[in-house]
Parts: sequence; structure tokens; C-alpha cells
Amino acid sequence: MARITLEHIRHAYSEKAKAAGDYALKEVHHEWEDGGAYALLGPSGCGKTTLLNIISGLLTPSDGRILFDGKDVTQLSTEERNIAQVFQFPVVYDTMTVFDNLAFPLRNRKVPEAEVEKRVNEILEMTDLAGMAKRRAQRLTADQKQKISLGRGLVRANVNAILFDEPLTVIDPHMKWVLRSQLKRLHRQSRFTMVYVTHDQTEALTFADKVVVMHDGQIVQIGTPAELFERPSHTFVGYFIGSPGMNIMPAAIDGATARVGDQSIVLSVAPALKGQGRIELGIRPEFIKLGREGMPVTINKVEDIGRQKIVRASFCGQPISIVLSEDDEIPADPKVAFEKQAIGIFADSWRVKNETAGREA
Amino acid sequence: MEKTWNNKAWFLVLPVLLLVAFSAVIPLMTVVNYSVQDTFGNNQFFWAGTDWFVEILTSPRFWDALWRNLIFSAVILAIEVPLGILIALNMPKHGLGVPVCLVLMALPLLIPWNVVGTIWQVFGRVDIGLLGYFLNSLGISYNYTQNPTHAWATVIVMDVWHWTSLVVLLCYAGLVSIPDAYYQAARIDGASRWSVFRYIQLPKMKRVLLIAVLLRFMDSFMIYTEPFVVTGGGPGNSTTFLSIDLVKMAIGQFDLGPAAAMSIIYFLIILLLSWVFYTVMTQSDAEQK
Repeated sequence: MARITLEHIRHAYSEKAKAAGDYALKEVHHEWEDGGAYALLGPSGCGKTTLLNIISGLLTPSDGRILFDGKDVTQLSTEERNIAQVFQFPVVYDTMTVFDNLAFPLRNRKVPEAEVEKRVNEILEMTDLAGMAKRRAQRLTADQKQKISLGRGLVRANVNAILFDEPLTVIDPHMKWVLRSQLKRLHRQSRFTMVYVTHDQTEALTFADKVVVMHDGQIVQIGTPAELFERPSHTFVGYFIGSPGMNIMPAAIDGATARVGDQSIVLSVAPALKGQGRIELGIRPEFIKLGREGMPVTINKVEDIGRQKIVRASFCGQPISIVLSEDDEIPADPKVAFEKQAIGIFADSWRVKNETAGREA
Repeated sequence: MEKTWNNKAWFLVLPVLLLVAFSAVIPLMTVVNYSVQDTFGNNQFFWAGTDWFVEILTSPRFWDALWRNLIFSAVILAIEVPLGILIALNMPKHGLGVPVCLVLMALPLLIPWNVVGTIWQVFGRVDIGLLGYFLNSLGISYNYTQNPTHAWATVIVMDVWHWTSLVVLLCYAGLVSIPDAYYQAARIDGASRWSVFRYIQLPKMKRVLLIAVLLRFMDSFMIYTEPFVVTGGGPGNSTTFLSIDLVKMAIGQFDLGPAAAMSIIYFLIILLLSWVFYTVMTQSDAEQK
């Protein structure tokens, strides 16, 4: 259990990286609290696994330092850092029984056998594997194997952190829910610092207290699921989080008015723009009202996904999505209105930060 | 599913049937034919029944050759399998070293067997061979044409040189198929080098090792060319293995009947031992499940 500090970490896989583009991981400088559950979320190739391997010690960063509880561990090996890691594909020792698999990390560390038995039995209970303790691991299903991998991470009493590298990739969808809630419960019981890498926003948002969104080798936002949803600090977070993602459209700002195409939208506050840049207006599909008043749209398609309807429409030539509840009607002459508070203004993809709470004009 | 009977399908297996018939079944049947008859040439045959089998099974010459061959196979398996695993474990897995090592390993396998024999025959000669001359100038009176122990050592070292590569390549193929995550997980679990070998590498190599042991056993049990070129079965009969003995009998002495009987016994022994190996090794796999 440890506080993890990342000090100006950068990493390039080639030896002679010069330009920023050569770095798989651009500068990361953050501190992660002891006992927190963090999710590293981003598309494939965004550097999240690189960052995870740097924390676990499988990779040494090109630049920067990593500290556990203030102690520099940058040059320490994985064993010396005392962390556990669960991989994308289940790793089990085929020739051992389930019990021996779970006992393996403890026996390697010369833990007394009575203690091993106690810890392993606890983990067997936690992971619902108690019934198959004596079975050979080879013949188990993928999710049982992955539970063993998880269990081997959890079995050690005082690890600094447990790292998960897309651990549910090979698990059946219905088992994903089960395992994820088990994991969440295990976190509450154990209070280990957990870092969870995934490209699945549902996984990240349900597992983590804080979600770290990564894009193109850098961290674009760290926040609670609610913050990411309501105040994405980057257009990438806007459309990566949420289903469907945020509607982003080019806009021009004139005081407290945004102009999109030939429509004017009144904002709650005038954004403080510094210089010129590419200005975009973002609004989540959930905060667009479809009715008989507002700005005209053309509806292209309506997708019924059960409890909700997703309306795909064109607004001033821009494709937008609108989420309606299943009972909402779609008028013959549709118009849209944007909820003022939910509008975000982005300059060069980054959110213009001046909308402090209570500053509504 | 309903079965469809279509006798035209027989034509599809006919080519293979013919091939197998001419390459295996007919020669084998000819051997069976010889083994129960006596001939003095002129295509005249006399029924001999099981006489030849009895003669072979009661002759000390056959048993000596059989024991020599069993000991030889045991020794080269005991050397080549651990050595092959050891080399495979230490071969590089990334970078330029991989093709270099693979080519080096494949080289002995690409050399024709009689050439391997010739290489070692010359290599070990006292007068002009590098090895023989070197050993003798060190004061070791090495001479494989006169000393049975030296002859044995030469044949064994030659076989190890020739065939360990096969074990290496098979083991290496097994090793590179292990995902990196296994090694990383083992590091995180604090596993020792031995544990990594015992619980990750060995289980993953098991199948290819079975093939390697089977191939090496069968080949070494049938070894002919290399010792024939190097020692000719001598000095005396000290390196006369079963196949060398068989050829001496069949072609040297033209005893077709006893030679045919011996061939069949030889064939059955290999079949039996291979089956034993296979069952033991697959059984141990199944038991642990």
C-alpha cells in the first residue's frame, strides 16, 4: 500500500529519441494516493501499458523518477518494488493445482506454510474458487484462470500496489460484470492501491475512483467519472467517454455568444479566450433537448437501444447525436436547444477553463 | 448426419495406397517371405518355418548387438536431451543472434550422414586428423581403430555433435511460444530461475520433448551410416550395432533367411519401445490432470 509519485516520467522505446513524437509516453507528472483505485483509460497505443510497466518496474523510464511513499524506486526491479500485476491473458502454472498456484508467490518468499494456508484459503473464498482448490489449473476456463491470476496478485499481504493490464479482455461479457464487482469489493476490503488499464470506458468508470484518460502518450485528464462526463478537459475525453460521445462542432465566439454555422447560441458566461486558435463547441447528447422550439435540425436516423433512443441528426451541416428517453416523441418539425450549463468551449482541443461554479451571468 | 456411400472415393486414396504399398507393405512382406524360407539362389526356396527366428533369438551375436545398441541409445539420450535443453534455454530470443544461432544449429543436420562419418573418421585419425593428433600430442594414446573405448567415445561424441541440434531446435520452438507475460508474472511472483524452468518452461516444452526423445531414440536405435564409415563396426565387434550386424549378415554373408528374421525382430523391438516411450510420456501427462 503506497502513494505513487510519477516525477516527469517520459519513455521512448528507441534509444535516440529527440522529438516529442518519438516518445511513446510524453511527460507524466502526477501523484496517486495510497489506497486509491485508478483506471488508465485510452485507446490502443496511447501509452497506458507503457505507463503501467514503468510503475511495475518491467520498464525503466527514459527520463524521470518514480517514487513509492516518497522513496525512489526507479532503478528497483519488480520484486524489490513489491507490487503485483495481472496481465491481459491469464497466466497460470499449468502443472500446479489451483491452491499451489495461489500459494506460489508466498512460498517463493518463504512465508510459513500455516500462513500460506490461511491466506490462500481467504483468497479462494474471495474469488469463489474454493471448490476447485485441488484441481489442476490447466483444464480450467479462461475466467477461472484469470481469477487465479487475480488471486496471485491479491494473496500477498503487503504489496505496494496491484496493477491490472486489461485483465478482462478474454472474459465472457456476463462474467466481466461479476469479476468487476468482485474486484471492486476486493479493493474495498483490502485498500490496496490499484491501477487498472483498460480501453473500455464502462470498466474504467465502474472500477475506479479516479479515471486517468490517456491520449497519444499523454494524460489528458484525471478525474472522477462524473467530472469526466460533465467537464471533459479535452475534446478527446468528450468523445471517448460517453456513449455516444460528446458532440463537437467548430464554432466562433463573440462575447458570450457562440456561433455555429448560421445559428447563435447564448452561453452562460463569456469564455476567456487567449489569442486565436481552433474553437470548438462541445455538448453531450444527453443535454440536447429535442422539441418544437430552438434551432432547426434534420433527423437522419433513430436508433432504439431499449430504454433510450439515439437520434442521429444534422445541425448546421454538422452530424450530432441526441439521446432521448424511450417515451420522448420526435416532432414532425424538429428543433433543438442546448442546455447552457452543459456547453463546453474548447480552444485547440483543450477546454477553456473559466466557468467557475456560481458565475452564471 | 446421413452417410453417403460413393465407391468412387476409393480412387482418391488409390495413389497413396499404391505409394505405401510399393514403399512399405510389399518390401515388408518380401522380408516376411524370406524369413520363413531358405534359399540357395536360383529362385529356389525351401520352407524353414520359425527356424531362423529361433536361430537369431538364441545367438549371442544378436543379443550382444542388441545390448550394445540399447546402451548406445541410452547414453546419447542421456547426453543429448539435457544438453539440448540447456543450449535452447541459453539461445537468444531477440535480435541478430537468433538467425545466427539457428543457422549454426541447423548446420550439422544438413550434412549428409556418410559425410558426417567421413568428417569424424578423418578428424579422429592419429596421423592426419586434428583431434587424433592433438590428443596424442597431449600424451593420450587415443586411437579409435584399436581401442574399443575410444571407438565408443568417438561414435558417441559424433552423434552428440550431429544430433543435439535437433533437440535444441525442437526445444527452442517450444520455448519461443511462451508469451512474455509468463516470465513477467514469474518475476512478480518472485520465482527463482529453477522455478521458472520447472513450472513454466518445462511444461511448455513437454510435447516437443516427447517428439525429440522419440525421434532420437528411433534414429539412434537404427544408427548405421556414421559408425559404419568411422569404425566399420570395430575394433572387433565393439561398435557393431544391430543395423551394422544386419547388413553384415544380409549382404556380407548373404544369409537372407536369418537376416530377414532379424529385420522383423528388430522392427518389432523398435515398435514396442517407441510405444512404451510414447505411452509412458503421455500417461504421466494425463495422470496429473
